[in-house]
Amino acid sequence: MLSEAAREDIRRLASRYPVARSALIPALLRAQEELGWMPPEAQAEVAELLDLPVELVAEVASFYSLIFTEPVGERVIQLCTNISCLLNGAEEIRRHLEERLGIRPGQTTPDGRYTLRIAECLAACDQAPCMIVGTERYGPLTPELVDRILFENEGRR
Amino acid sequence: MTERVLLRHVGAPGQEDIETYMRHGGYEALRRALRELSPEDVVEMVDRSQLRGRGGAGFPTGRKWKFVPKDAPVKYLVVNGDEGEPGTFKDRTLIEGDPHLLIEGVILTCYAVGIQKAFIYLRREFYRGYRKLERAIAQAYEHGFLGERILGTDFHCEIVLHPGAGAYIAGEETALLESLEGKRAMPRLKPPYFPAVMGLYNQPTVLNNVETMCCIPWIVKYGPEWWLKQGPPQLYSVSGHVNRPGVIEAPLGTTARELIERADGVRGGRRVKAFYPGGTSSRPLRAEHLDVPLNHESLAKLGSMLGSGAVIVMDETTDMVQVIARVCAFYQEESCGKCTPCREGTRWVTQILDRILHGRGRMEDLDLLESIAKNMTGTCFCPLGESVPPSLRAGLEDFRDEFIAYIKGARAPVEMPVRIREGILAPGG
Repeated sequence: MLSEAAREDIRRLASRYPVARSALIPALLRAQEELGWMPPEAQAEVAELLDLPVELVAEVASFYSLIFTEPVGERVIQLCTNISCLLNGAEEIRRHLEERLGIRPGQTTPDGRYTLRIAECLAACDQAPCMIVGTERYGPLTPELVDRILFENEGRR
Repeated sequence: MTERVLLRHVGAPGQEDIETYMRHGGYEALRRALRELSPEDVVEMVDRSQLRGRGGAGFPTGRKWKFVPKDAPVKYLVVNGDEGEPGTFKDRTLIEGDPHLLIEGVILTCYAVGIQKAFIYLRREFYRGYRKLERAIAQAYEHGFLGERILGTDFHCEIVLHPGAGAYIAGEETALLESLEGKRAMPRLKPPYFPAVMGLYNQPTVLNNVETMCCIPWIVKYGPEWWLKQGPPQLYSVSGHVNRPGVIEAPLGTTARELIERADGVRGGRRVKAFYPGGTSSRPLRAEHLDVPLNHESLAKLGSMLGSGAVIVMDETTDMVQVIARVCAFYQEESCGKCTPCREGTRWVTQILDRILHGRGRMEDLDLLESIAKNMTGTCFCPLGESVPPSLRAGLEDFRDEFIAYIKGARAPVEMPVRIREGILAPGG
């Protein structure tokens, strides 16, 4: 189910390490970039490319929170609610996101655009409260800024 | 106040470009080392600088390097860029603000220890830092600072940038090695623990933190005596209820009060109730300790630690029960599940704190928390589980009345700050 380009990238990733297994996490991320998440068939394909047992790939894929073993929306929101963000109003931002998106943490909007997740400290406490949407980080967040990030972006597309 | 060193060029316009970095004196330390210094000289300089690791444990860097057998045919450098200790953001600031400083430090370390392959492990959430470092590494190759025959010498060095995938425990260095080997980030049994002899792929390995690496070019360029005269420089991540949160460079031993002043004071002119001096794994301290020098020794005396240098400031309006519950929930979420005291302990503690916050706590819960804290001390497989008791103890000893207020119904119940992974804690506990 992976494109030839992704398969080629994964083979090349393996060559960067003295032991091919080290390329497993980068390979899973490369595959996920293409598919959005890592269904079992894709895990099996990565296993075959790296010549690893499929159960070993599943064991690793299921351990890390940013390898998605269930479908996610087009963009994943990682909202930090850890200490410095908590002290700076992360709970208010969480409630605002829940209300505007109509979902709870761990859920995906019915239109498949967003998945809301609670993140642990994103190491950006100087921008608390903060979140990552896709691969971009935003903060310090206010409800108004959240709306601009999520909904004005949407209008532009 | 001495001039900034580690942060001198951080965030300067174009600093991520090699040309700008070089205009600011970048890669001069590397040129100097390759021209004038033997690898042993570099190790000696770092040793004499008394540099201690900036990842949290504070182990002397020069001594760490000396443990690596000189004659080993294959050795590795692994840089820990899995910064995740809540409240800590200095490494991210360095990576994003001055990526070549890190790269130069890595190359110098490889030269000093006789290493030809370095891995920089970056946590996945550092998307921006990853892009910047990837580009900076490519530039360093183009300029001949990486690759074969560096600057015309017979020194070879390559850097592989390696992404994590979301796991705080990967910051524990044996777990990081596991993760880098393509496994679950679960810590290795220790003692014995000699990564210098048996680390990555069971080969001699140096493991250093990002900030530690960023100190090296300065030490090599200006010498250890100069370095010591600068403080030595130390980065503190200051956040929470301050007016201007950020990374502050100050000499080791600066007090929290001074750091708060440099962060433009407490928001709203309020008073401090408590602060974490070294990330959430350290014991939070009360306002009466604001004048304690933040160094390894003074904090150890108070049962706390300097850890990652993350100073999290909480003003007088802070609900300490919520804070401690959130901190414990973090460790529960991030426990790898390998050992029972951590896996079960973090979960029990979070459940009990959850019910206290919901107004369903009992007075016996306080003894129960104390007993769990006791049973998690010295029994966990790695430092993750051991990070819970300091917060719990501080809560029970220093802020007990706030817990009692919830239990007695004097404080309105609140929603648990966060039920992190849905399904583990059902709504309402």
